[in-house]
Amino acid sequence: MKSLAELQAIKNRMKDKVVLRDGMEGVRVVVGMATCGIAAGARPVLNAFVEGVNKENLESKVSVTQTGCIGICQYEPVVEVFEAGKEKVTYVKMNPEKAQEVIEKHLKGGQVVSDYTIGAVTA
Amino acid sequence: MKELSLNILDVAENSVKAGASLTQILLTEENDVLTLEIVDDGCGMSDDVVRSVTDPFYTTRTTRKVGMGIPLLKLACEQTDGELTIESVTEEEDPQGHGTHVTATFNMNHIDFTPLGDVSSTMLTLVQGHPDTDFLFVHKRNGSEVKLDTRELREVLEDVPLNSYDVMEWIGAYLREQYEELP
Repeated sequence: MKSLAELQAIKNRMKDKVVLRDGMEGVRVVVGMATCGIAAGARPVLNAFVEGVNKENLESKVSVTQTGCIGICQYEPVVEVFEAGKEKVTYVKMNPEKAQEVIEKHLKGGQVVSDYTIGAVTA
Repeated sequence: MKELSLNILDVAENSVKAGASLTQILLTEENDVLTLEIVDDGCGMSDDVVRSVTDPFYTTRTTRKVGMGIPLLKLACEQTDGELTIESVTEEEDPQGHGTHVTATFNMNHIDFTPLGDVSSTMLTLVQGHPDTDFLFVHKRNGSEVKLDTRELREVLEDVPLNSYDVMEWIGAYLREQYEELP
């Protein structure tokens, strides 16, 4: 059974990591989690990013956050990637598999997956 | 919504947006009736607003003039012959006891009952997105319960964020274990 003592151990282990996160200039992955996003399947997409970023040890560089309605509900689940000095990338109609690919190619490799961007869908 | 747990996620987000410091998500199964309560200590709504939130053409968002969160929850319970009620007290009315209490009942045997789905995932998503607000989750069934109180975790974790990955993993396993033992 999971115990609070176990949580205490996690806390002791995490203490140094928290300091690292402060003041980082990294990549921000933002998942739209309003009614439209949730209904279209944003929850598993968010989970895929949270898990993937951890699995690839990208937490010190990439943060995953949630936001409300971005205003393009017909393209949900929508994921925006912000990186200092670069243009925002908007991924649309996402699912956990596509999220995996974005983590692999974009977040790890620095290569935008243009097939899934809003430009590819509306073009 | 494919699962009620997604309606819960959606409506609980409103509580967080209302500035709640504690949002309670209470599920009680009794006989064939599921009662969902979402209780917050946020800013509350005036009577006029309470009346209008079930109208899809009312919303607080500014990107468009349609808000489907509460209407979808209302639909989900009413299609099982259940009902939705909202009580709310604004900060002006009561500086101490303000907040909103949403109650939805569902007849679980009704053919149009939407399965509850993955509530644990909903709780994890809420904690991930709002690590600085507290959530109390209690799911009661047959005299047993599954419970998560982030205030208890925060006490142990102190300044370690609740949405640290290791903590989230712990919460996930904590809920999973409790659900395995829920009769």
